[in-house]
Amino acid sequence: MVKFTISNLSKRYDDKNGKKLTALKNVSLNLDVHGIFTLIGRNGAGKTTFIRILSTELSPSSGNVYIDGVDVVKNPKEIRNNIAVIPQEAQLIPWMTARENIYAYLLWRGFNFKEAKEKTNAIIARFKLEKYADKLPRKLSGGTKRKVLVALVISSNAKIIFLDEPTTGLDPISRRELWNILNELKEEHIVILTTHYLEEAEELSDYIAILNKGKLVKIGTINTIRDEIGYPYAIKIFGGFDNKTKLHGKVVKKSDGTLQVFSDEKSANNLAKKLIKKRIKFSINPTSLEDIFYMLAGDINGGENESE
Amino acid sequence: MKVNRFSQLSASVLANAIYAMKNFPVMLVNTILAPFGLLIVIFFVSHGTLLNVGILGGFILVMVSNGISIQGDLTHLKNDMKLQDMLVSSPVSPAMYIAGIALSELVFSIPDLLVLSILAVIFIHLSAVAALTLAAVMLLTFMFSISLGFFISTISRDVIEGWAFMGLISMVLSTLPPVYYPLTYIPLPFRYIAYLSPTTFSAAIAQNSIGFVNFSSSFIIISWVVLIAVSTSLIVFAVKRSRWREE
Repeated sequence: MVKFTISNLSKRYDDKNGKKLTALKNVSLNLDVHGIFTLIGRNGAGKTTFIRILSTELSPSSGNVYIDGVDVVKNPKEIRNNIAVIPQEAQLIPWMTARENIYAYLLWRGFNFKEAKEKTNAIIARFKLEKYADKLPRKLSGGTKRKVLVALVISSNAKIIFLDEPTTGLDPISRRELWNILNELKEEHIVILTTHYLEEAEELSDYIAILNKGKLVKIGTINTIRDEIGYPYAIKIFGGFDNKTKLHGKVVKKSDGTLQVFSDEKSANNLAKKLIKKRIKFSINPTSLEDIFYMLAGDINGGENESE
Repeated sequence: MKVNRFSQLSASVLANAIYAMKNFPVMLVNTILAPFGLLIVIFFVSHGTLLNVGILGGFILVMVSNGISIQGDLTHLKNDMKLQDMLVSSPVSPAMYIAGIALSELVFSIPDLLVLSILAVIFIHLSAVAALTLAAVMLLTFMFSISLGFFISTISRDVIEGWAFMGLISMVLSTLPPVYYPLTYIPLPFRYIAYLSPTTFSAAIAQNSIGFVNFSSSFIIISWVVLIAVSTSLIVFAVKRSRWREE
């Protein structure tokens, strides 16, 4: 368990024309994290800025960040032994084999030659990378390269691992493989992840934070977020629905003609009974993260029709 | 965990020099050939009379070009591999990382220095004092080139821009100034332009030390002062410019 205490964290940049851009606006949170903590948000929502400040790569414009009581803004050196990061678009050094990349990274982190060698061999065995260890990155698939990068940061023994969009660009199989690895990692490490893939966030996360335009709009477990939204159930009505029935909750008319109703347990139950009685086809599911994300951070597709 | 500083220094040397040479030996051939192109031209054009000066010029060019190379390497590792971002969030300090990369550039110049040293032993017959003088000049030349390269890496936004700077600076510091030929070959009004390059003073000291050109003592003292001042100020400037965590 690691305690994150963040108060009024803001980051402002100057763009090329000298105009001020705000990447983060007064983000505050107080959370004891174990397992995987995922940040989701649209492009430019502030996910990468947030992760870069927490991992001591970037200074904030204002605000405080404490990780397990360590002030990472004022004393970044105190936390750097315990953190490791794979930035967005990070690459293996192309003129070094996978094994050499891991070994050099461990030396940079300050392990002696013997320890670095032992740790390199151990992580290669643990990640089943023996076949690829002595190959140059250009001979490895995208998924294997990403696996080597994850192996590299894990071998450092850092308690907190920051992964900025680690699965972007991977095929579905490689993505699943990496999910399995991340699921194993959360036994020993705290993983702070950013992703665009909402099903990935739903599958992996113990905690989720939704950022929109630099603001933290929701944080918690998927279940607490569902409860807080007030619409824990999603009913999809496939057609034949008459407009006379009053719907309670958030109603979205999809472009394929279906209606989606987000509602609380009681309203969902009542509506389901009515639909069964009228022999109208429907499905009922817990509201997905994708639905929640669209409600909080996105524009729902055309045909939106909202009533309370 | 106790951080091993020697390991951190070695990591940069391994990553930026040893593994590159081991996995891509063609880089070694390219590096070795670089200072000899101009040396061969100078040799033929001067009918062999400038061979000694050309060899000394080779030493200075190797220091300049490998020192300036830090710019391209740092920019490439930072922008394309995101290595710097990974290392900022780790126990390695910026000074240790930069020192390691600088050392790697020196390691990269070892094959050149070996070949040039063999040529120097055969053709120049350096005295102990001249050899020490040359070593000191090379060290200062390397230090200001590294600092200049590092400074450029902090202002260039991508590798392409960096390469353009590198080519330009390499030409201004090693091809145009009197590094492969004596300063006295330049007619006087134009000689003042040559004084704008610190390598002019490196070469003057080196050429004077082997007795090829006899400069006045005051000029040699001024040359040392210029070299030391340029190196020190560029190092201080580079240290001040160094940013590990972004603002």
